[in-house]
Amino acid sequence: MEKIKSLQDLEAFRNSIAEKRKVGKPCIAICSGAGCLALGARGIINATIKEIERQKLKAKVDIKTTGCPGFCEQGPLVIIYPQNILYTHVKVKDVAEIISKTVINGEIVDRLLYTDPTTGEKFIHESEIPFYKKQRRLLLGNNSNIDPNNIEDYLALGGYSALAKALFEMTPEQVTEEVKRSGLRGRGGGGFPAGRKWESCHNAPGEPKYVIANCDEGDPGAFMDRALTEGNPHSVLEGLIIAAYAIGSHEGYIYVRNEYPVAVENATIAIKQAEKLGFLGKDILGSGFDFTVRINRGGGAFVCGESTALMASLEGKIGEPRAKYIHTVERGLWDKPSNLNNVETLANVPLIINKGADWFNGIGTEGSKGTKIFSLVGKVNNTGLVEVPMGITLREVIYDVGGGIKDGKKFKGVQTGGPSGGVIPESMLDIPVDFDELTKAGSMMGSGAMIVMDEDTCMVDTAKYFLTFLEEESCGKCVPCREGIKRMRQILDDITEGKGKEKDIELLERISATLKDTALCALGTTAANPVLSTLRYFKDEYEAHIKQKRCPAGVCKALIQYYIIDEKCVGCRLCEKACPVEAITFMGKKKPVILDQSKCIKCGICKDVCKLGAVGVK
Amino acid sequence: MDKKVTAIIDKYDADRGQLISMLQDIQAEFHYLPREALIQVSETMGIPLSKVYSVATFFKAFSLKPRGRHLINVCLGTACHVRGASKVLEQIERSLDISRGETTNDFKFTLETVNCMGCCALGPVVNIDGEYFGQISAGKVDSILNKYS
Ligand SMILES: Cc1cc2nc3c(=O)[nH]c(=O)nc-3n(C[C@H](O)[C@H](O)[C@H](O)COP(=O)(O)O)c2cc1C
Ligand code: SF4
Repeated sequence: MEKIKSLQDLEAFRNSIAEKRKVGKPCIAICSGAGCLALGARGIINATIKEIERQKLKAKVDIKTTGCPGFCEQGPLVIIYPQNILYTHVKVKDVAEIISKTVINGEIVDRLLYTDPTTGEKFIHESEIPFYKKQRRLLLGNNSNIDPNNIEDYLALGGYSALAKALFEMTPEQVTEEVKRSGLRGRGGGGFPAGRKWESCHNAPGEPKYVIANCDEGDPGAFMDRALTEGNPHSVLEGLIIAAYAIGSHEGYIYVRNEYPVAVENATIAIKQAEKLGFLGKDILGSGFDFTVRINRGGGAFVCGESTALMASLEGKIGEPRAKYIHTVERGLWDKPSNLNNVETLANVPLIINKGADWFNGIGTEGSKGTKIFSLVGKVNNTGLVEVPMGITLREVIYDVGGGIKDGKKFKGVQTGGPSGGVIPESMLDIPVDFDELTKAGSMMGSGAMIVMDEDTCMVDTAKYFLTFLEEESCGKCVPCREGIKRMRQILDDITEGKGKEKDIELLERISATLKDTALCALGTTAANPVLSTLRYFKDEYEAHIKQKRCPAGVCKALIQYYIIDEKCVGCRLCEKACPVEAITFMGKKKPVILDQSKCIKCGICKDVCKLGAVGVK
Repeated sequence: MDKKVTAIIDKYDADRGQLISMLQDIQAEFHYLPREALIQVSETMGIPLSKVYSVATFFKAFSLKPRGRHLINVCLGTACHVRGASKVLEQIERSLDISRGETTNDFKFTLETVNCMGCCALGPVVNIDGEYFGQISAGKVDSILNKYS
């Protein structure tokens, strides 16, 4: 491949790809996103390659490994093109049949189709499935069409045309103006207007300037940035190059967390391919603009997602934040003007440049434009990644897209915003997905984790979970955060162990206020949100723990007991074998077993293994 | 050892900004950060040893102790937590008779935890040597561990 040196070259190259692909071979696209890999996609890929060779079809059928379309619960996922047939829960033994029936003869293998769990209806195409219907997949939509390691796939779908448009038809100021007018706000958590940040960095004195893509995604329970960087790395890269052009930067970084090895690999390959074709490097597309990018891996520290900590770690130092009376757009990396954007923010940029600010700001609400990707997880039927227009209500996301609560249980709350956010109760499910509305509700948009909780989730335990997380992740630089979070966690420990006192709630509130006012970075100032929001909406649960020494959800170990429901137990002995401490005694066939409370360590394995629901918890 | 470490330092042109990446590569090579390797990094790059140690101990991904042949990572992200990840962790601790962060006496397993691997839809998730096990429960732990020798 030769470097592309002009607009004409780019169009000629794009046409040559289209020409090559006109033949329209059938294609088997196998999702190799992290979720599907965890469910065995690697085996499917190998089996497909083997089977294609065995049936001597190599010249007639294409195999493609793609990024994550979001429907992880149903994986491994396979899509057959050109008919667009979606198969779910595919196993290695299904591969031969898929090839001979569907690929060769166009017949559909009924049992592999997605079946709606409530209606029993079967669906052939992705777009008809309720999970996808209310979504608006501007960013994720291409994940199942693209092999992330093949830049031609991205180009075939119009990739890098926004970059060409920016370089040849727009001045840097016009690009920034367009992004400003689009209303795009940062997707990394803070929601800062992207165009305004670019402008400040552009205007800040000092050279060189740096642009950085934040793929640290430390929020536990979120994997949007992972799916974008793994599944469509060129869209992020294109956004970053356009940002660099607008700002006047010639050096950029992508900061990827080390826990995402595939994202590191795919982004590295994408950069190499883009360099080879002349989308990166000197004189990009013959426009005279130079820009290079390198990848840095994180070291497993949540705080490194924070802008100043991230930049410190890019300098090879420990990831401690610093006070921000001087903004990073003025003095960031190596004390130079630096612009940091989240991966999802950047992936929106090519769309805005191509389709225009007016198109983009036509989607969403007054203050929040475009779409937002959420990782919809926890106790919901359709877990996975969902991309919805801003303004959709939480209820629609959880019930229409997510298919409601798992196992017919009762909804209790939805946690958004990660460790900086809060839990939103049933009564507020009709608020729209919007930066400002979520903040008003005591939570926040955050990076996009949406964790659904049912009646079996304990809210005190949830608050304790986040504080334990933050205690571990606090960098320890400032006292309120280092000591305050620890103290709050200890109080919650006491409450969950039945040692809570009535004054504890007041004390929690006081420490929360101190944290908010005095911590150095946003990790500390927002750390109390999970506690404050659960106190606001679920105070009765705290009180049950403190006053009645009872955990209504049956979670907090010190306050619960497992017991055998005699009427349901048939004496099958599964639990007896599974119990690690021999607390369960077999009493004879058809008789219930006996659970010895003095030996029980409350590991809950008996409840897990019982097929009859004969183990209860109170 | 010194040749392997030299090669890693050279790969990054002894660029100070790439210290974390270097340590990651050294750890990938030796499964932990041996003291001699850190001394070599410090001397070659002219960074005080204390600074190298401060980075090596700040980030969770690094280990200064030798680790076992198999690395078990239990995800404790929120999605895994609400689906019972701590029960899974406790069962592994009981089965191997070690706590999180420790290595079995025979150096077969090291048990660690991470705060999210991005497989949230499949929680609880355990990763052993890079291979993911999704939707597992405490009851399934032993049969998975038995696969490893
Ligand atoms: C403790 C902490 C962790 C953060 N982690 C991330 C992260 O993992 N990814 C991210 O994009 N932003 C993260 N942020 C927000 C960044 O500081 C920054 O606001 C963001 O990357 C800017 O990009 P945006 O304006 O495009 O959202 C974090 C902030 C804090 C305080
Ligand atoms: S608030 Fe916490 S994480 Fe932030 S600088 Fe202070 S100690 Fe570090």
